[in-house]
Amino acid sequence: MADRLRLMQGNEACALAAAMAGVRFFAGYPITPSTEIAEQMSEMLPKLGGKFIQMEDEIASMAAIVGASLAGMKSMTATSGPGFSLKQENIGFATFTEVPCVVVNVQRTGPSTGLPTNTAQGDMMQAKYGSHGDIPAIALYPSTVPEIFDMTIKAINISEMLRQPVILLMDEIIAHMREKILVPTQEEVDKMLVSRPKPAKGIDKYLPYDASMSDVPPLAAYGEGYRFHVTGLYHDATGFPTSKPAEVDAKIRRIHRKVNNVVDDITFLRYDQMDDAEYAIVSCGSTARSARRAVVLAREKGIKVGSLQLKTIWPFPEAKVSEVCSKVKKVIVPEMNMGQMVHEVERVAKGRCKVVPYNRVDGEPLTPEEILETLAKEVAW
Amino acid sequence: MAEAWDFLRTDKMPHIWCPGCGHGVMMNALLRTMAKLDVNKDDICVVSGIGCASRLPGYLDFNTLHTTHGRALAFATGIKLANPRLKVIVVSGDGDATAIGGNHLIHAARRNMDITLICMNNNIYGMTNGQYSPMTPTSMLATTAPYGNLERNFDLCKLVEGCGANYVARATAAHPRNISQYIEYALTHKGFQFVEVMTQCPTYYGRRNKLGGPVEMINSLKQNTILNTAAAKLPPEKLEGKIQIGEFVKKEELTYLDRFDAMVDRITGGVKP
Amino acid sequence: MSPEKKGQMPVEINQKWCKACGLCYALCPKKVLEGDEWGKAFVAHPEDCIKCQTCEIMCPDLAVKVVALRKATKEDE
Repeated sequence: MADRLRLMQGNEACALAAAMAGVRFFAGYPITPSTEIAEQMSEMLPKLGGKFIQMEDEIASMAAIVGASLAGMKSMTATSGPGFSLKQENIGFATFTEVPCVVVNVQRTGPSTGLPTNTAQGDMMQAKYGSHGDIPAIALYPSTVPEIFDMTIKAINISEMLRQPVILLMDEIIAHMREKILVPTQEEVDKMLVSRPKPAKGIDKYLPYDASMSDVPPLAAYGEGYRFHVTGLYHDATGFPTSKPAEVDAKIRRIHRKVNNVVDDITFLRYDQMDDAEYAIVSCGSTARSARRAVVLAREKGIKVGSLQLKTIWPFPEAKVSEVCSKVKKVIVPEMNMGQMVHEVERVAKGRCKVVPYNRVDGEPLTPEEILETLAKEVAW
Repeated sequence: MAEAWDFLRTDKMPHIWCPGCGHGVMMNALLRTMAKLDVNKDDICVVSGIGCASRLPGYLDFNTLHTTHGRALAFATGIKLANPRLKVIVVSGDGDATAIGGNHLIHAARRNMDITLICMNNNIYGMTNGQYSPMTPTSMLATTAPYGNLERNFDLCKLVEGCGANYVARATAAHPRNISQYIEYALTHKGFQFVEVMTQCPTYYGRRNKLGGPVEMINSLKQNTILNTAAAKLPPEKLEGKIQIGEFVKKEELTYLDRFDAMVDRITGGVKP
Repeated sequence: MSPEKKGQMPVEINQKWCKACGLCYALCPKKVLEGDEWGKAFVAHPEDCIKCQTCEIMCPDLAVKVVALRKATKEDE
């Protein structure tokens, strides 16, 4: 027990969780504040029968993890804003060709090179809309070191289960913060793991995109004897190009449907003191930590406020946020950006409650006091 | 005795390339090499990027992957590292490998990654109807060089040699037996194996530059070519405008995977993880 | 060509794949092949074939096969 109780950095927890969850291929490119993940992986993977490679650029590292995943290995990369932008084309490729992999984006202050390395939450929308075309995005966002460990495993599982990339968002604060964590045993982790659907043994003809049985078709690995074709062109059940309108329509709708069908299973939230709340703070990442503290401070002043932390950002937890919006007078949405998730909250609130943005964009952490002040103003109003 | 057609996805034929396309000659040579080596289809993985050349894997009965523009070598690197038993081949065009994918080419060769790259160099972006590429010679015409190409092309084999590849060779579509010979060597050796194949694009390069049809272009490839061993005996002025073909580099230096395996042995004390 | 093989062509052209580029008959050293009115290859002079395989290996469309070569090999065995 004692050696499992550790003081661990967020990035370190992410790497350890990935290794324990069976990630055996990591390709990365140096970028602060995510680099510790690559460093940890470079140390662990060769000893575990895995492979680490530092590629020549961000694009290549994204490409390499897709290749490795097609060859059967659970694969991951990690980056920050500028690198996340560069990876977008291949994230779209992986989504469209339905190749499982995990992309960690430790957010730092943008736009552009921005502030290396201060914190931010500026990539919330990029996580969903960064790649061209309509891709169904899945993005998780923890707020503590133990949550990072847990959400890393969940990201890998969802990616395998749905045959698609999952974005694990973090921010500089939680990635570089050290916190207490009780690391689960390998046996405990093994029990949580989900594997990608594989073709049944002894089948005559393997069709890599045959969705007749499930919206998530089985995925064979290269070298297993199926000799299938994968292309970023629109493809039919066989994997070969098609431009038939009916097949094009079916493909794009299916990859969205496979995510939409499991929204409840992949929605992770944390509620704090929401039962009797008249006000709610909806937030994520390190901002959720400040929100929870602001709730404690506000309750001391007699303000009935609660916190809803979105650990799943995409698909946006519409039903759950809507439920909150129907119960409270006002929702505060603190973010370290110019206002991104607030638009989603407004959209689902549908005017039933007032949605109040609070934005900190100077690269400094968004504090509980600021949230409390915003809240107090709204209560007085 | 295996035949070239045995390795073809015949139901996907005829292919999309234009009549007389040099890429088809290369594919023919590649398939004949596969037949000669009688490869196990399940052990071969062919990866491509975007462009005319990159449509090739779809016609081959192997594990095949058609990726994003320029990135084939990076995808291939992931595949090879995840399953070293696979023989990984990347096929590309000149735009794919030398422009948008130039960085990946440099580093795959520098790592001596265990991948075979066949670059079909037709001096033009064919898929997008004939823009100039880094391989378009100076003053030649292209849709984006209507007054003649201002830029210089370069010797791709010298680049790859400089990056440290184990094998570097060049043939042309007019020398299909050389193509097969070089690909055979590449597929039976370790490390980064590079074969450049000069191919004719009668539709977008030949026509605009008044180089004639497929036959004239093949004939001119034949006439303008000199074997590197013969070229070595000639003064530079006699080599002006000549394409040198042949094997330029043949080394058996440690490959990326050799080094990786040795490192694992070292850090685990030889106990395989 | 031996008498018993008369009527059999030394070279087969897959008409569905042939795109009439003309490489095979332009490069055939014995002019065994010729182009038809659409430019597609056909065997015009089978008796002259020396089985050099130039047509086959130069075909960008995998549409040409020197079948005589295969038969010969079989008989040799």
